[in-house]
Amino acid sequence: MDSYKQKPLAFLSFGIPSIAWLLLFFMLPLAIIFMYSFGENVSVVEVKTTWTLDNYARIFQPEIMTLLWRTLWIALLATVICIVVGLPVALVIATAAPWAKAWLLLLIMLPFWTNLLIRTYSLLNILGTRGRLNEFLGWLWHKANDFLVFIGAGDLGLLGTKFVAFKFLGTPGGVVLGIVYVSLPFAILPIYSSLERMDTSYLEASMDLGAGQLQTFFRILVPLALPGILTAFLITFIPALGQFLTPELLGRGQVDMVANVIQRQFKGANDWPFGSALSLMLLYITFILLALRAFADAARSRRESRAL
Amino acid sequence: MSTNKMSTKINRRQFLTGSAAVGISFTMPNGVFADAGKVNFYNWDTYIGETTIEDFEKATGIKVQYDLYADNDELFAKLKGGNPGYDIIIPSNDYIEQMLDADMLLPLDMSKIPNAKNVDPAFMNPSFDPGRKFSLPYMWGTIGIGYRKSAIDGEITSWGDLFDSDKYSGRIALMNESRTVLQMVMKYMGKSLNDWTDENLAAAEAMLIKQKPHITSFAQDNGQDLLLSGEVDLAMEWNGDILQIMEEDDDIGYVVPKEGTLLWEDAMCIPKGGENVDNAHALINNLLDGQVGAGIAEYVYYATPNKAAQALMDDDYLQNPAIFPSEESTKISEAAVYAGADWVRKTDEAWTRIKAAG
Repeated sequence: MDSYKQKPLAFLSFGIPSIAWLLLFFMLPLAIIFMYSFGENVSVVEVKTTWTLDNYARIFQPEIMTLLWRTLWIALLATVICIVVGLPVALVIATAAPWAKAWLLLLIMLPFWTNLLIRTYSLLNILGTRGRLNEFLGWLWHKANDFLVFIGAGDLGLLGTKFVAFKFLGTPGGVVLGIVYVSLPFAILPIYSSLERMDTSYLEASMDLGAGQLQTFFRILVPLALPGILTAFLITFIPALGQFLTPELLGRGQVDMVANVIQRQFKGANDWPFGSALSLMLLYITFILLALRAFADAARSRRESRAL
Repeated sequence: MSTNKMSTKINRRQFLTGSAAVGISFTMPNGVFADAGKVNFYNWDTYIGETTIEDFEKATGIKVQYDLYADNDELFAKLKGGNPGYDIIIPSNDYIEQMLDADMLLPLDMSKIPNAKNVDPAFMNPSFDPGRKFSLPYMWGTIGIGYRKSAIDGEITSWGDLFDSDKYSGRIALMNESRTVLQMVMKYMGKSLNDWTDENLAAAEAMLIKQKPHITSFAQDNGQDLLLSGEVDLAMEWNGDILQIMEEDDDIGYVVPKEGTLLWEDAMCIPKGGENVDNAHALINNLLDGQVGAGIAEYVYYATPNKAAQALMDDDYLQNPAIFPSEESTKISEAAVYAGADWVRKTDEAWTRIKAAG
C-alpha cells in the first residue's frame, strides 16, 4: 500500500474538503467570535473590534460569577450521577449474551431517534406539578391513606392531610434530572466500550485470590474502566456546561445557567461582544479540561511503560 | 363567551390546520401563476388569516414566501447582519424605533397603498413614527394578567398580585422578557413605564428579587400554556395569548390591571435590502383592505386598527374587553419608547442579577 510519505499530494487532496470545511465553518466563525469578544457596540447594528478587555472584565461581575458557579455544580452533579448510574448499566451490557447485548445497546440509542426538543417537552408533561408523575404519586398517596384508614390509623395523619405535589420544574434538581436524562447514553457508551475490551479473567483472578465483590469492583473493574470513565466524564460535562434548553424549559427560567445569559446577549440585550466573551470563556474551560485529560493519559502511559 | 361565532375562531388545535393551509399555498408550483414575481413575507407565528396569503396569490399572481419568527429579538437579530431578503416585516413599535435608529427601514410610498385610508386616524401619528412614513399598523393590544377564575379569591385588579404579594405564591408565571417585566413593575410603582432612571430600575429589580420565591416560572412566551394546564393560576401575558386559551377553557379570565399597562402595536414595514419593493407595497395594501383585515382579525383575534375591517366584525369581537381595553385603562396606559442601547444593557444586567438571585 502507498504511504502518505511516498505520495503526499494524493493524500492531501483527500484531506482538502474536510480541512476547507473546518476552516470555513469552524475556524472562521470562531475567529469572528474571538474578534467580537474584544469589540464594542458602536451602534445597534455595528460592532467594532477595539481590543478592549471590558467584555472579559464583565465576566467577573458577581451575578455572572454566581451563574457560572451554578452552571459548574449543576453540570458536575449531573455528570457524576451519569457515571454512577452508567457504570453498572455498561457492565450489564458488556457482560450480557451477544443477542441481548444488541437489544440493550439499541435501547440506549433509541432516544436519539427522537428530537431533543420533543423529549424535553414530554419531560415537562411528566414532571409538572399536575404532570403524570405527580398524578401517579397522588394516586399512591390516596391508596396508602385508604389503607391507613382501613387499619384504623387514619386519624393520625401519618401522610399529612392532603397530597402535596412534588415540585420538579423550576428547581435545580429538575434541571439536573433533565441533563442526566439527556446525557446518560453518552456516559454509558464509552464506559461500555472500555469494559467490553476488558479481560474478565482479571475479575475471576481477583475473586479467586480472596477479594470480595466490592473490592473487586473498586480495585479491578473501576481502574480498568477508567479511560472510559474519563471519556464519559468529558463527553457529559462539557455539553452540560453549555446547556441552554434544559434550564430554559425544565428550569422554567428560574434556574438560568451561563448559556441562557449568552443567548440573551445575542437577542434581547443585543450585546454580541459580551456574549462572545462569555461563550469563549466556556470554550477556554473546555480546553483546560481537555488538556488535563491529555496530561492524565500521558502520565498513565508513562506508568504503564515503566511497569512493563 | 360561547356563541357559535366564537367556536369558529382559533383554538390551538386548529392552528395546525391553518398553517397547513398556508403551507399548501406557498408550495404550489410556480407555473400556476402568471409571472408577477414574488414577495418574501416575514411574520409572527399564527398571525394571519386562514386564507389571506392564498387569496392574495390568486388575486395578484404574486407568489408569497411566508416565513415565521417567534419574537422581535429574533427578527432584529436576523436583520442585524444585513437583510437576508425579506420584503415585509411586522415589528413592534419600540423595535421600529430601534430599526429606524439603525437606518434599516425603507420609507413607504403611500401612493401605492390607497387602503391606508382605512386606518383609524388615531393611529396615524404615533411617537415612534411621526406622520407614518415608515410603517402602517397591523394589530395592537395590551399586556395583562390571565387568571383561573375558580382559583382566585376575590378579584384580580392590580399588578401587585404578581409583583408584590405572596397571596398567590407558587402559582405565578411572568414573562421571560427583561424590559417588559421591569416596565410593568415600574407601572405598578406608579411611574411611567418609559421613566428609566437608576433609582426606578433599582427599585423594580429589588421588588422582583424579593418576589422571586413566589414566582413559578419566567415563561418563554408560553405563560398561557402553563395557565391552561393548571401549573399556574396567574400569568402575565399578551392579551391575544390569553384570549386563545379563553376559547378552550371558560374558567380563564383576563384583566388589564388598574395601574395601566403597556400598549403595543405591530406595524408593517419594508426593510432595506429587499428585492421586491413594489410587491411588498401591493401586499401591504392588500392586508389593509377591509375584507382582508376582517379575515385576519377573525382568525388572530387581536384588535385591528383597520376601521373598514372593524365595520365587518361582530360585537363579540368589538365589545370584548380582552381585545379592546376600556377607555379609562387606555388613557393611563402607554406605548413603550425605545430607551437606547445604554438602557438595554442596564436592564439586561438587572435581569441577570434577578436570575442569579435565590
